[in-house]
Amino acid sequence: MTPSLEARSLTRRFGSFVALDHLDLKVEGAKCVGFLGPNGAGKTTTLKMFTDLIFPTSGEAFINGISVQNDRKRALSVCGDLIETPEIYPSLSPREALEMSGALRGMDHAEIRSRTEEVLEEVKMSDWVDKKIGRFSKGMKQRINIAASLLSDPEVVLLDEPSTGLDPRGMSEVRDIIRGLKKGRRLIFMSSHILSEVVDVCDEVALLDHGKLLFFDTLSNVTSSFAGGTPSVDLSFKAPISDADVERLIVPLPGVAGWSRLDPRRLAVKVAGGADGQSQLLEQLAGLRLGLVGFRESRSALEEVYLREISTGDS
Amino acid sequence: MSGTGTPSVAMSGAESSRASLGRVPSTWAQAVILSRYQLRDYLRSRRFVLMMSIVALVGVILTAVVAYFRPASLIDNSSDFYGGLWAGGASFVILFAGIIFGGDAIAGEFQNKTGYFLMGLPVQRTTVYTGKYLAALAASLVTLVVFLLIVVGNAAFYLGPGAFTNLAPLLASFVLALLYLLALLGFTFLFSSLFKTSLYAVLVVAVLFLFGFTIISSVATSLAHIEPWFLISYASSIIGYPLTGTPPHIAHIRSPFGGGTMTVYSPSIPEGIAIMAGYFLITSLLGLWLFEREEFT
Ligand SMILES: Nc1ncnc2c1ncn2[C@@H]1O[C@H](COP(=O)(O)OP(=O)(O)OP(=O)(O)O)[C@@H](O)[C@H]1O
Ligand SMILES: [Mg+2]
Repeated sequence: MTPSLEARSLTRRFGSFVALDHLDLKVEGAKCVGFLGPNGAGKTTTLKMFTDLIFPTSGEAFINGISVQNDRKRALSVCGDLIETPEIYPSLSPREALEMSGALRGMDHAEIRSRTEEVLEEVKMSDWVDKKIGRFSKGMKQRINIAASLLSDPEVVLLDEPSTGLDPRGMSEVRDIIRGLKKGRRLIFMSSHILSEVVDVCDEVALLDHGKLLFFDTLSNVTSSFAGGTPSVDLSFKAPISDADVERLIVPLPGVAGWSRLDPRRLAVKVAGGADGQSQLLEQLAGLRLGLVGFRESRSALEEVYLREISTGDS
Repeated sequence: MSGTGTPSVAMSGAESSRASLGRVPSTWAQAVILSRYQLRDYLRSRRFVLMMSIVALVGVILTAVVAYFRPASLIDNSSDFYGGLWAGGASFVILFAGIIFGGDAIAGEFQNKTGYFLMGLPVQRTTVYTGKYLAALAASLVTLVVFLLIVVGNAAFYLGPGAFTNLAPLLASFVLALLYLLALLGFTFLFSSLFKTSLYAVLVVAVLFLFGFTIISSVATSLAHIEPWFLISYASSIIGYPLTGTPPHIAHIRSPFGGGTMTVYSPSIPEGIAIMAGYFLITSLLGLWLFEREEFT
């Protein structure tokens, strides 16, 4: 069976406030979908309805075609989820907590034991397997939560900002885990504020703002939709560069569509002509022997699209 | 996974242990599984130590009182002895166990966010409620049995083998105490489900049982002249009857405050059983119904 997630006119009000407004979304197949949106957009609200933590005001959510609202047990049986930062009974150890979730999911002893080892290894918590979770730091608890959501090797994985509270190495480990998950036939639906993480691991992105879906498309379609815009690159030099030099040497170069100063040694330069324009500019700049030490996109294309869409949504 | 190795967390297709629809245990089996881990958490918690200290304290006080006064009425036969020590202490122990283990059982799931972990699993809300109920019941039973052992130990000291000659009344009393425990836990779980804050749940149940019901009961009997059959605390007085005998349903006794007589109602054992069973059923159904509708926002 192809894993799938579907929201049919999913709506949630809190009093008169509409947190999610008739969301229609169907995701199907083995892939990773990034769920983006500013704070308060309704991402967690959506995911909580997909896991039956809260109820829709109207509409319905389906996992593999099974209505979560009608049969949470069956719908969630194929699903591993991590919504915000749940707590585990503090006196239990990771081993016991995973044993409990595995048993509740109907896994047998041997399976639970071997999977516990695997997932704890994956989140780098093997050394803590018999310590009390109550004494763990926030990031350590989140690692256990991630391990628990992957224990049954689920077909559908729902993650709400999985790298919340993790240190930089933890964040990069989460990316590796998700990349690893993609090797199985698995649908991953993940909310995140870390656009680089989304670019790194996701195939498709959905953008939510004020409870409304702004777009849902493949990552490459989304970023190429930005080709019409003018991205900016950050240039750094080994010594300060004067405004006069910038005007005289850099502004006349082909593709340069404007510039601003970041600090004495760094500039942000708008470059027309997409990737070709950028590579030509870099070659020309190198030829000028200005002491260029850095050249990189100021923002990713996804970030540009995100900011453009969110600001049009606000106005 | 940083560095060399390929992440192994994704199992390759064929030998995959993938969760599938058919494998998830039944609702009841899941409740039992959940209760095992919940009980483990209870037995390791500070509240269990607290509860055991209460039982120990009650035990010590009873032991000391009997040792000091050696009341002849108590130490001449086992039924009187158990009627005096067990019956009164048991409902007290049950009340505290109910409050300590049941008061925040559901509220705590919201407040401590542990419910968010459980509800992410393929379980019915009913399963969580029932599993927690079973665990609270088991933890309370442990303390009740410890109390029973303290009382029986005392009896053995004063009565020797006589303590064990006629155990049927004590057993009957224990069964009634169990019924009271069931009903009381149903009641505390309902309030725990109603208030999502542990402190409120615990406070309301404690105040109701320690003062509220007493006041309602005396208003009902002395002012309205009706039998307070609707109070679980009224029904719980039957716990001692197998040992002490059932008092008359209505007695008129001289008021200790002078002037006139007072009416005292006592339930019969079947009546008490019916009231407690009613409490258990109604509060459990209501609590479950409520929890089914509760959101983890
Ligand atoms: N229990 C609640 N009562 C009232 N309003 C709520 C409740 N839960 C969420 N909201 C509102 O719904 C909106 C969406 O919240 P939600 O948590 O889904 O946002 P989000 O996209 O997950 O944001 P973030 O990126 O900050 O996690 C917010 O405006 C929030 O204030
Ligand atoms: Mg959120």
